[in-house]
Amino acid sequence: MMPVEKSSEPRFVRDRLQGRSERIVKSWESLLLLVAVVIFLVNVWSSPYFLDPWNLSDATFNFTEKGLIAFALALVIISGEIDLSVASILALASTLMGLAMTHGAGVPELVLIGLGTGLVCGAINGLLVSRLGLPSIVVTIGTMSLFRGISYIILGDKAFTGYPADFAWFGQGYVFWVFSVELVLFVLVAVFFAVLLHMTSFGRMIYAIGNNPVAAQFSGVRVERVKFILFLLSGLMSGLAAVCLTSRLGSTRPSIATGWELEAVTMAVLGGINILGGSGRIGGVVLAALIMGMVTFGFGLLNVPGIVMSIFVGLLLILVIAIPKVLNRLAPAKKRG
Amino acid sequence: MTSMTSSDIKADTGKVPESGPAIRLSGISKSFPGVRALNGVNLSLYPGSVTALVGENGAGKSTLVKILTGIYQPDEGEIRCDGAPVRFATTMDAARLGVTAIHQETVLFDELTVAENIFLGHQPKNRFGLIDWSRMNADARAILERIGARIDPEMRLRDLGIANRHLVAISRALSVNARVVIMDEPTAALSHKEIGELYELVFKLKAEGKAILFISHKFDEIFRIADRYTVFRDGEMVGEGLLADVSQNDLVRLMVGRDVGQVFPKVPAEIGGTVLTVSGYSHPTEFEDIGFDLKRGEILGFYGLIGAGRSEVMQALFGITRPSKGAIRIDNELAVIRSPAEAVARGIVYVPEDRGRQGAVTAMPIFANVTLPSLSRTSRHGFVRMAEEFALAREYTARLDLRAAALDQEVGTLSGGNQQKVVIAKWLATKPKVIILDEPTKGIDIGSKAAVHAFMSELAGQGLSVIMVSSEIPEIMGMSDRVIVMREGRIAGTFAREGLTPEMLVRAAAGIGETP
Ligand SMILES: Nc1ncnc2c1ncn2[C@@H]1O[C@H](COP(=O)(O)OP(=O)(O)OP(=O)(O)O)[C@@H](O)[C@H]1O
Ligand SMILES: [Mg+2]
Repeated sequence: MMPVEKSSEPRFVRDRLQGRSERIVKSWESLLLLVAVVIFLVNVWSSPYFLDPWNLSDATFNFTEKGLIAFALALVIISGEIDLSVASILALASTLMGLAMTHGAGVPELVLIGLGTGLVCGAINGLLVSRLGLPSIVVTIGTMSLFRGISYIILGDKAFTGYPADFAWFGQGYVFWVFSVELVLFVLVAVFFAVLLHMTSFGRMIYAIGNNPVAAQFSGVRVERVKFILFLLSGLMSGLAAVCLTSRLGSTRPSIATGWELEAVTMAVLGGINILGGSGRIGGVVLAALIMGMVTFGFGLLNVPGIVMSIFVGLLLILVIAIPKVLNRLAPAKKRG
Repeated sequence: MTSMTSSDIKADTGKVPESGPAIRLSGISKSFPGVRALNGVNLSLYPGSVTALVGENGAGKSTLVKILTGIYQPDEGEIRCDGAPVRFATTMDAARLGVTAIHQETVLFDELTVAENIFLGHQPKNRFGLIDWSRMNADARAILERIGARIDPEMRLRDLGIANRHLVAISRALSVNARVVIMDEPTAALSHKEIGELYELVFKLKAEGKAILFISHKFDEIFRIADRYTVFRDGEMVGEGLLADVSQNDLVRLMVGRDVGQVFPKVPAEIGGTVLTVSGYSHPTEFEDIGFDLKRGEILGFYGLIGAGRSEVMQALFGITRPSKGAIRIDNELAVIRSPAEAVARGIVYVPEDRGRQGAVTAMPIFANVTLPSLSRTSRHGFVRMAEEFALAREYTARLDLRAAALDQEVGTLSGGNQQKVVIAKWLATKPKVIILDEPTKGIDIGSKAAVHAFMSELAGQGLSVIMVSSEIPEIMGMSDRVIVMREGRIAGTFAREGLTPEMLVRAAAGIGETP
């Protein structure tokens, strides 16, 4: 018989269940970091050219532009939406930049047109999703065809070439030693989105919306406005990627960046962004970008054909996502206390 | 108090007596990260008998229900069915062994019809093996009628309010022929009419020889319908026996470990000037010509049956739905509220009844839920400040007697009553001018209820105006300065606190006799 006289004063509730170190060890990012280190070591072991700083620097171009897109896309996905039009926005932005170039636009104009196209396309997606309440998967599949379709109409089977020499700085320039302009941009954008998502009220609202849009709305969150801003950001990043890629290639074809929307989604999901919304962190996306970049580069050094590369990335994605679930099955809730 | 000693019935020797338990759990333990939810508990359910399971919020009642229905696996312990050991590895196993349950947080499917929800997984089939729709709808209608629910089985679930959803969940549990029926707080937020029907049903099931486990925080109903009791405290079984041998105070003392003071500690607050005036408020389908005013420091109760339109009026005031006619004035100034964000900005907040869908972001931690509507206060230049967030969350959850392992625990892993406390804390933390509470103490235990009411009363004393929608007559009568009764979308009467009797409320809600 329990003593009855024990009074129940309000109990102290701890702030955190786990300490910081335990949270870090158990995080998705730690798993990714492990994978990244393994792939790095395998690369070092299998090719003597891998560790060359300039080779490594070249390798970063495999992920910098896609990464820019993936960061913004990650936020869209966390909010429970998706943007499949990102690569088409890139194509349209590049096409309009090319068009402007043929009319004699200088570097600042080209950049403004690239970013501006991204913003306008993002605004179109955003309005359709948040104002009309249409499902984003349908809207952006539609605008995916629409935006690239316009590029095809403008360009046909031709290409824009002959961008001004100064314009090459974005995709081919270096800020310092082996650190390219694109890599620096990648880092800055990663930091920007990490801060936005993890350190601001706006970021908190994104998570709330992704987990339960109804409860978020009932909590006074302006759900529509947040979603609109996210599509705007996604468009803007596609525009920025268009500037970088166009500058790097020095030409625009309507087929530019075909299939990148799926690579960006893969990057986000591999990075631990829940495709159903509500969870994931930018750090994971950075690691996923590094992993995908290293895999592509390493396979390239070994002359592995591209199709094997995509098979590997696909397997990696499934594997990395399956591992935690399998581990959970194998080790059923350990007994405590 | 000898009757409450947990003398384990040692009936294993020899054959099982005639009235042996239909199901018997012994030594059941279950742990979650940071908390031992159950610690070696025993429970027996007897055919033709109603066992009440009582305990504070977080005592482990729902965890036990989930173990009995195969949703959770116990870490330790044994379950016996008619004396034979069994294992509920899946929900299917539990169903096959004749255990059915009305869960506290029901999971239903928005896009399916009422009948489909009721029969999901065991739909009646025709001779071609296809779903027999007409029979399914007819059967569903019969079950719904049996519990007195006026719901069309062909309606889509998403068009139903929470109370009607709950009635669908009850029907679902009753659609299988079970020997053991578990009800986890079935009457929370039902009005007196539906509750009456449910009691009838419990008596009928009992007469049919079913073993019933009834979980409730309402002591009057426990004594009315149950025969036996089992008390949990902090995951341990601290007493069991026959209800005839104990008083309500005995049970409370066992449950809480102390005497609980006054349950409705309403202190008279100074009623000030008018804060909110609603006039001619109408909605095409839900309510008609609603008009009232709310004063500073006042607690205004709203009573009515399910479907009377109370929640709909409140959601319109909060900017969720748009009224077709009518106006509201805040501090004598005409106000248009088009969204919850605008309502919050004007100091009007709403604690919804449906905490799982509307009240809490269950996959987010407690502290983030509490601060979600107050982010502008806990952040600086748009940057969140964790220390401020934890401080705010700690302050308000402590006032409401929250039981949790840690403030970064996901709200969805809290017990039902504790989730409710988080939702109330979240809105009080915004320091509103007017708070609209829709079934505020739904699922909250007796001790915490006293804490919630005391806090409400204190805040009213400081000038907060409260609208309290409640289906619990004692709560309405105990806390309100004034009560408005709604019926079929209209105001059926307004009553002052003095001289108010339960009968007056019930009659007005049902539309019997002249309305004052
Ligand atoms: N999935 C889970 N993960 C972590 N903790 C859990 C989980 N489910 C329950 N708990 C914890 O187990 C304890 C018991 O919870 P339970 O839901 O059984 O309480 P209860 O007695 O039903 O309370 P209430 O009266 O509020 O419904 C609580 O501390 C709760 O936080
Ligand atoms: Mg419970």
